[in-house]
Amino acid sequence: MTAPAPARIKPLVEVTDLEKLFPISRGMFRAPNEFVHAVDGINFAIAPGESLGLVGESGCGKSTTGRMLVKLLDATDGHIQFNDGDYERDVANVSRTEIKEFRSRVQMIFQDPYESMNPRRTVFDTVSEPLAVQKVGTIPEREERVLELLGLVGLTPPENFLFRYPHELSGGQRQRVAIARALVMNPRFVVADEPTSMLDVSIRISIMELMTELADRLGVSYLYITHDLAVARYMCDRIAVMYLGKIVEVGPTEEILANPRHPYTRALLSAVPIPDPKIKRTPVEIKGGISKAINPTSECRFIQRCPFAAQICRENPHPDMFDVGEQHYAACYRINEI
Amino acid sequence: MTLSLENLQTRRIDPNQPLLEVENLVMHYKIKAGDVSAVDNVTFTIHQGEAVGLVGESGCGKTSTALALLRLLPANAEYMSGEVRLNGEDLLQLTEDEMRERRWKDIAMVFQGAMNSWNPVYRVGDQIREVLDTHFRGQMDIDTQTRHIEKLFTAVGLPVEMVDRYPHEFSGGMRQRAVIAMALACSPELIIADEPTTALDVIVQDQILRELKRIQAELGMSILYISHDIAVIAEVTDSLGVMYAGKLVEYGPTSEVFSRPRHPYAYLLLRSTPSITGPRRKLAPLEGEPPDLLNPPSGCRFHPRCPFATEQCVVEEPPLAEISGGHRVACWNYEEVPELEMELVR
Amino acid sequence: MATKETIQHGEAIPEEAIPDETQAAATFEELVAGRDVAAEPLWRIRLRLFRRSFAKNWGLFRDSKMGIVGLVIIAIFGLMAVAQPVLMSTVWDPAVYDPVSGYDAVVNEFTVVEDVALTDETTEIALSDARFELNPTIDVGEVVRIPVQPAPPTLGGEEGHAHFLGTDPQGRDIFSQLLYGARAAFLLGFVAAFTTVFIATTVGAIAAYYGGKLDGFLMRTADLILLMPLLPLLIVMSAVVQINMIMLGIMIGILGGFGGDAIILKSQALSIKVKAYIDAARVAGGGDGHIIFRHIVPNVVPLSLLYMMFGVTIAIALEATLSYLGLLNIQMSWGIMINAAKNGGYLLSGTRYWWLLFPSGLAVSFLAFGFFVVGRGMDEVINPRLRAR
Repeated sequence: MTAPAPARIKPLVEVTDLEKLFPISRGMFRAPNEFVHAVDGINFAIAPGESLGLVGESGCGKSTTGRMLVKLLDATDGHIQFNDGDYERDVANVSRTEIKEFRSRVQMIFQDPYESMNPRRTVFDTVSEPLAVQKVGTIPEREERVLELLGLVGLTPPENFLFRYPHELSGGQRQRVAIARALVMNPRFVVADEPTSMLDVSIRISIMELMTELADRLGVSYLYITHDLAVARYMCDRIAVMYLGKIVEVGPTEEILANPRHPYTRALLSAVPIPDPKIKRTPVEIKGGISKAINPTSECRFIQRCPFAAQICRENPHPDMFDVGEQHYAACYRINEI
Repeated sequence: MTLSLENLQTRRIDPNQPLLEVENLVMHYKIKAGDVSAVDNVTFTIHQGEAVGLVGESGCGKTSTALALLRLLPANAEYMSGEVRLNGEDLLQLTEDEMRERRWKDIAMVFQGAMNSWNPVYRVGDQIREVLDTHFRGQMDIDTQTRHIEKLFTAVGLPVEMVDRYPHEFSGGMRQRAVIAMALACSPELIIADEPTTALDVIVQDQILRELKRIQAELGMSILYISHDIAVIAEVTDSLGVMYAGKLVEYGPTSEVFSRPRHPYAYLLLRSTPSITGPRRKLAPLEGEPPDLLNPPSGCRFHPRCPFATEQCVVEEPPLAEISGGHRVACWNYEEVPELEMELVR
Repeated sequence: MATKETIQHGEAIPEEAIPDETQAAATFEELVAGRDVAAEPLWRIRLRLFRRSFAKNWGLFRDSKMGIVGLVIIAIFGLMAVAQPVLMSTVWDPAVYDPVSGYDAVVNEFTVVEDVALTDETTEIALSDARFELNPTIDVGEVVRIPVQPAPPTLGGEEGHAHFLGTDPQGRDIFSQLLYGARAAFLLGFVAAFTTVFIATTVGAIAAYYGGKLDGFLMRTADLILLMPLLPLLIVMSAVVQINMIMLGIMIGILGGFGGDAIILKSQALSIKVKAYIDAARVAGGGDGHIIFRHIVPNVVPLSLLYMMFGVTIAIALEATLSYLGLLNIQMSWGIMINAAKNGGYLLSGTRYWWLLFPSGLAVSFLAFGFFVVGRGMDEVINPRLRAR
């Protein structure tokens, strides 16, 4: 069962049964028979103007999902339906010639502000790259557009930043440039892969606020990928929790934080340190386990680590999403008992 | 010198007795362009059995302070003044040979990124053995060493069979535990842990922090935690110090500093930290960038970014003064800093 | 700026008030000072930026003493190369000083001695030879004057022309040859090095970007070439084809370019390929060509230039060797000078005919050294980790 987007209008992005398998090669001449199931059949949808957080620990497949959504990786299977006004395509199966058009509508903000800009190119080069590659506008027009965006992301006066090099900018400034680049073609959808995790704590807030404000102002939807639940709470309307390639729980942010139903979500939430020494956290209920899904069995992916694993879990395949109310879904057979 | 963990367990801890006293420590890095004032007049005390935190952002000097305590600074670092007294003895006055005797046996360190510094071609157990060989040359035979290493593994929650495995067979969290085991090898009185859980997932982080707390309690050790993650510091420390631009700007019992931060930087830092509990609050960003330590601002180093700055702050550097039991602040206008009540949003 | 009022009243702190504190602002303002940036043509701005970064790199290069030494050496040889045609068209008489076809037999004084006691053939002549060559009536002890080639250095004067470094076995002025050889060396060096680096960069970038079988093929080819001994190969080729300077340069370039340098530059290209800005370029819509030539190659080029310096070193040394063996179809170069010495049988005469060997040999060594050391100096600019803090 798909976890649908809350609105009745067509979702901007609708992902169905998305899969990404990485072969583990056994040598030069043998076909691989082992695969890492990095993303193993996930479903979600994002409404226009909405921000969905994709959270999970390392190896859960969130980054892989994000990269598939911007076609940096090709999906092994599944559909990514993208509905942007008159442009409706299954992006997973779009042809090479059509990709360029797709790229003007979907963009990405990367994690590392130091590595996501070519050190030999100026801010102007970097931000105008989408325009240059798509052959949009004349050079003076591109300069105008870049100046406009630099002002929008708070790098003022924009003329001062136009021809700077990355090494002349701070981390926060670089990330603003990255945001400007992502927005220069007026995309409807932006995938943000941990955009603040490499920034200093005091700078994170300004970047997060900038992203939120721009989303409101320009009507952009985000897929916000992060391992930090506190940040996801601040940035996202809804959260999807991933574990070993599967989405185990999805729902409105506050609802999930207040009322986690999947055992993994509970363990994850109880493990997050609280910046208040007066609050004592409940013990984290989880057992040790694997970090990569290699040729997984059909049973629930979480069974080895789940403190609540029961007979029903062992006898049945990985559970579908069950409705627990309030647009909140969890993939667990025992949600009503625990 | 105590060799086994059992001996440490019987050590009596007097929480009022200072273990490490850092007094007016000033350290500069000499580079071609001049002097980088990396640690400026840092003063704090770690008592026996106490967990102390040093929190701050990148470049604030917390790692430099830690390395300064162990005299493990690079060649271009120069101690300008100050004392670092371990059980009353000033470490900065010792010769290198004498310091080597103290290092690891009295103070050990878990370095930032140590979990990725295991030599991949040697077994983990053998790498710890190297530590024992260095410090107890000739005093421990192979079997005694092995038993000791196995005891260390158990102390950090690693299965004993892993002693003879290679680093690539350990997960990230297990490698970090092994690093902690290595730090415990000579039963130190103080462990300095520099960003011990930064590279780990949150569930593993929780396990490691609990492990450290348990070890600290069982062995009566003191721990100095260094981290940029305020939430981690809040959970594991008894006292904490906030560092900014090489200076210690606030110091006190953790619960007090968190409930009522007095230094504007500490206040803004707490106000810019999102949390998953409590009502959803509006967070306050901190404008500007940390200063260049080659030419730090005059007076208070935080004044260019401080919303409470007055003319005095530009001219005169505030001392780290006590405002209540154990709570010290370096700010002229600390009384202006409001209560940490953040209004709700959305 | 966040003021205490806004904090206390909990208002949002305005986004625009982010102070611009990075130090580069001042210098950039000087550059743009008051001008309307949008009205400036882009190429002029890029030129200014290029000059600025070049100035910065030059400052770094200057700090490395090795680099400066190398640059001085190269400059000296450059002057030599430039001086040759100037001198030829002004002061020097081509009939005498042309490095290839000049001729001057310098008259030297010799004392006649009994041949048993012949100790220094540059100032003494045996009795029997004197009688045979000149005058049967000559006796021991007389001083005779015989034109000689090769002749030791002389300052000339009324008796003859100046030959600062003497003449070679065919009577040609060594000094002129030396200066001419500098020109040849520079020409060869740059042709070879540029070709090598051009090919190696392209091969490396393509192999790194496309990976797979193409990469495998290119790298295995590079391995093969790496293992092939370059000198014997060139020797064999010289038997098949008449090799002149430019041809030699191109051949060295092709063989070198597909070989070891390609492997090194490919690994550099590979380290660039996995950086996030390549992903960003792809997400922006960049195709293969855009990414290879706008992102990968520009980041590989600094390393290429470095290897180009080393390439010049190798090329100069190679040419000297091949010329010495007499395999090249060139008129004059430092290697040819040594070859001429060998052919005249003067190779093993050590210091007696020093002017036949040392100037050319040292010239090869020094110029090669100069380029190498400039390369080392550039290394410090390119690899920030090597710089003294």
